[in-house]
Amino acid sequence: MTSTVPDAEQSNAPPARAVIDARDLVKRFDGNTAVAGMSLTLAAGEMVGLIGPNGAGKTTLFNLIAGSLKPTSGEIWIGGRDVSQESPEKRIGRGVGRTFQIPKPFLEMTVLENVLAGAQAQDGERLLANFLRPGHVRRQERLAIDKARTLLEFVTLSGLGAQPARVLSGGQRKLLELARILMADPQAILLDEPAAGVNPALLETIMDRVLDLNAQGKSILLIEHNMDMVTRLCTRVVAMALGKPLAEGTAAEVAANTDVISAYLGATA
Amino acid sequence: MSLDLIAYAAFFLTMALTYAIMCLGLNVQWGQTGLFNVGIAAFVAIGAYVSALLTTPDAADRVGGFDLPIAVGWIGGALVAGLAAWLVGALTIRLRSDYLAIATFGVAVTVQLCVLNLQPLTGGAFGIGFIPRPFGDLAGDPLAFGLSNLALMTAVVLALYLALQHLAKSPWGRVLRAIREDETAAQALGKRPIRFRLQAFTIGGAIMGLAGAAQGQFIGFIAPDNYLPILTFQVWAMLIVGGSGNNRGAILGAVLVWGLWALSAAAVSAFVLPEQQARAAALQIVMIGVGLCLILLVRPRGILGASNALASLTRKRTPKSKE
Repeated sequence: MTSTVPDAEQSNAPPARAVIDARDLVKRFDGNTAVAGMSLTLAAGEMVGLIGPNGAGKTTLFNLIAGSLKPTSGEIWIGGRDVSQESPEKRIGRGVGRTFQIPKPFLEMTVLENVLAGAQAQDGERLLANFLRPGHVRRQERLAIDKARTLLEFVTLSGLGAQPARVLSGGQRKLLELARILMADPQAILLDEPAAGVNPALLETIMDRVLDLNAQGKSILLIEHNMDMVTRLCTRVVAMALGKPLAEGTAAEVAANTDVISAYLGATA
Repeated sequence: MSLDLIAYAAFFLTMALTYAIMCLGLNVQWGQTGLFNVGIAAFVAIGAYVSALLTTPDAADRVGGFDLPIAVGWIGGALVAGLAAWLVGALTIRLRSDYLAIATFGVAVTVQLCVLNLQPLTGGAFGIGFIPRPFGDLAGDPLAFGLSNLALMTAVVLALYLALQHLAKSPWGRVLRAIREDETAAQALGKRPIRFRLQAFTIGGAIMGLAGAAQGQFIGFIAPDNYLPILTFQVWAMLIVGGSGNNRGAILGAVLVWGLWALSAAAVSAFVLPEQQARAAALQIVMIGVGLCLILLVRPRGILGASNALASLTRKRTPKSKE
């Protein structure tokens, strides 16, 4: 018995080695449809760029994947598990870390403390452990501090560890956010416009670091307007407009796509 | 004469330190977590009444009098107040600051009305008397009694201060600060804001209960009038004057504002005709208000809001962005 219809079992299982698998996502706000049926997969070790004109629904899609919004319909699978209805604070435990378009450092905390806040499974974050197992908490904290310093070095902020985060420039804040989520050892990283408002010298550093991370095996999903950056970093690019996928392929293919060009020129209607 | 003065000073400081405990509790809730609790009096009252019920001798006209040791009363008062804070928090902690304030204010009024009217449990408007006082066997010697109590209360405040400092510097305290600064970012890092807020609210409530217990035991008598909203106002004034977010500031603010309160009471009784004194007592509240305004004008972050004051200095020196 053969069937041309893909069987239900198979379509429900996540594709092999997909870290993130978003299926038919729809998000409506009071009658406004921001995401109107987007599917997107991010395979292990892949670096995917998400582009599209303003208002295309990129950030909404991003927030759905990051968990800070819940989809109206559709599913999000992470590491083979349906996490569509999970609260945002569980994402990092599933191995997905995110940065913000406008960075959100904890301004009054030091740069080092900011990175430490990214550490997961710290027993010192349990109230009583601080009194019942102080030695254990101290040891764990010391290890975390060592790791945080290494990460600060990686993002070229090692000299600023004791400074409050508010003295950092916009680009440095983006690097700090990167170090902060790396503290949690995520498998996949969602980067929301890492190049926006960053001076060219720092932009090089950010790109280098993102490439390093990808080389270390991290999967990366990147929203970016800077096509140079997308071309240099991403193996696959997804363009979206009006909440829907528009084109997919290499950066060059997508950039040459007439639908994409007309979407950017505002001729989608 | 001078011995009397020392005895009075010891009494004054001991009372101030009971307020310092309340203030430390509020500092956990507001200073470190940003929870706008306007129902402090409720948790203090619960601690005081639970402690009184546990430690007084058997009484004919109300429930209890379990005649337990004073330490049991303190711990019991703190635990029940903490439990009450947890319950209130579980229902209200999701509210934004102004709504949380209204809710906690309602709780405080409710608790005060309860202790006023639950006569079989609380003795009603007459309150509960003959609460055993620490070092009660020294009561014949005011100086020894006063100094012993001062030493005890100092030890309690010191222990609490050290414990809270330890917590503030711990990873737990770091998460609290992170959540207060940016909830969305903290969530993205896996922190659960509701859980940490509720913990802070509960601990703060328990500390306020401890303060109520300690104060009731020290005075030996409690009545519903002690737990009117004015108490909440006083503790807030103390924290703001001392420097919100700073545990040492909380203690200093309590001593200063309580000093102002005691001084203004003395001034009222010295300068106002006896028949007008009841009305003139309102001047005390005016003085606290004026004091508060002055402090806020001179040092907007309180006397020991030092770390923050320094922070604003560096902010002025550092250009906003280097790009």
